[in-house]
Amino acid sequence: MARLSGSEAKSGNRFNAGSWQLDAVRIITAAAFFVVWEAGTRVGALSEFVLPAPSVILRQLWDELLSGKLTMDVQATLVRLFTGFLIAAAIGIPLGILVGRVKIIRWFCDPLISLALPLPQIAFLPIIVLWFGVGDTAKITLIVFSTIFPIVVHTAAGTQAIDKLIVWSAESLGVSRYGFIWQIAVPAAMPQIFTGLQIALPIALITTIVVEMLMGGSGIGSSIINGMRMSDSPELFSGIVMVALVGYALAKIMEFIRKALLTWHQETAA
Amino acid sequence: MRMNSVCSALLRFVPVFLVAAVWEVLPRIGMVRPEFAPSLEKIGSAWLELIASGELPYHAAASLTNLVIGLTSSICVGVLLGLMMAWHPIFNATAGTLLQMTFPIPRSAFVPVMILWLGLGPASKIAAIFSGSLLPIIVSAYNGARGIDRVLIWSAYSFGATPRRTLWQVVLPAALPDILSGVRNAISIAFILMVTSEFLIGGRGLGYLISFLGDAGSYAAMFAVVATVAALGFLVDRGYLKLMQWVLRWRD
Repeated sequence: MARLSGSEAKSGNRFNAGSWQLDAVRIITAAAFFVVWEAGTRVGALSEFVLPAPSVILRQLWDELLSGKLTMDVQATLVRLFTGFLIAAAIGIPLGILVGRVKIIRWFCDPLISLALPLPQIAFLPIIVLWFGVGDTAKITLIVFSTIFPIVVHTAAGTQAIDKLIVWSAESLGVSRYGFIWQIAVPAAMPQIFTGLQIALPIALITTIVVEMLMGGSGIGSSIINGMRMSDSPELFSGIVMVALVGYALAKIMEFIRKALLTWHQETAA
Repeated sequence: MRMNSVCSALLRFVPVFLVAAVWEVLPRIGMVRPEFAPSLEKIGSAWLELIASGELPYHAAASLTNLVIGLTSSICVGVLLGLMMAWHPIFNATAGTLLQMTFPIPRSAFVPVMILWLGLGPASKIAAIFSGSLLPIIVSAYNGARGIDRVLIWSAYSFGATPRRTLWQVVLPAALPDILSGVRNAISIAFILMVTSEFLIGGRGLGYLISFLGDAGSYAAMFAVVATVAALGFLVDRGYLKLMQWVLRWRD
């Protein structure tokens, strides 16, 4: 199919321009943005309080790195995020397979999931606090709660929609019910399981940051909220830069794992 | 036939009733402390009280006003930006690059920035909702517009349409299915930001009411408001889905 903009059609990536001129414009724009931002604070058009200069934020990040605060915050956030995410995956993928392949479980879970999926799960935070206090248990519970539904839904959809020909071939070759799940259903649904995980991971990051902002303790989220409470703009904005870097790194790592795991699948070849 | 469909709808929600039954039974047999899981009857009467006292409608109206203002403005701005990015390679390379740099930041992290910039009023909440729901709309409008069959645009030009008219009358409708599903994602993000910003900022709104009731120890009422927020999220999503199907009924 012909695309709207010929120069962009050549590249597969959604936000990449095709020609080097456009790449140059991109780089100049990004550079100009930082220059204007820095200059704006230097001449006083922007107050340091409202938006600290990039150099101030970098300086703050460097100081936090040297004092060990940065590593501690990032570590606390990542530990919570991955604990919650892995628990959600460990429960969500098997549950999704069961929902996709076992009728009675689908009957039971389907209405519950369709009720729970569109909810703003963060609204349940005070209930989780009531049940588990304000420690890590509550934080991780909320991360699991907000990430598990997309994982279950995508796994179920993937395992349910396996090509009938594949199912029949497996059955005629005499595969057992258990073997069917591990040797047919899971590999066939792998791209969709991974899509579920790729959707869930940014949600896990959002939830982690929000629970850290609301419940305090350690982590990037509580560093951001401290910066706001103390009117310490450099701390606030350096926290946001860290969240952006973590978010970017997580998305890239997931893309990389997806490519590595799905080399055999046709989506990688395409 | 009619009877059958009613029955099957009821049968479909049996699991929900089962979960409700477990909720009722656990505190009664002493598995869970009763104040941790107030009975549905107590939650229901607390809900009616909140309605009668006007508290729930008052806070719900405040929340939904922010939500609607934030969402409508992000739809207008987002569709425009997304289409422009698909239309002008230069615009994409400049404005698109700047927007792209903010993509990996979870929008909830912006709430403290909004507080710093706009203070503790509804403006911060609306700005948070706006900035959060903007991204999925831009991306969907951009992808939708880029996926257009080029022949459509050539035809429009050969019929003498101006570029602007082509953009509004050919590109926009063709991108509409993508835009509408982007808006659906935006709505769920907007709900999250609505509640998060009210937890953080307080003042008025359902999120504030939830944390206020929780702090006051009125747990039945707190559960009632959480259930209200959940029900609103669910109903808006379902209603929007119906609307989307109706708008796209011309598609085959």
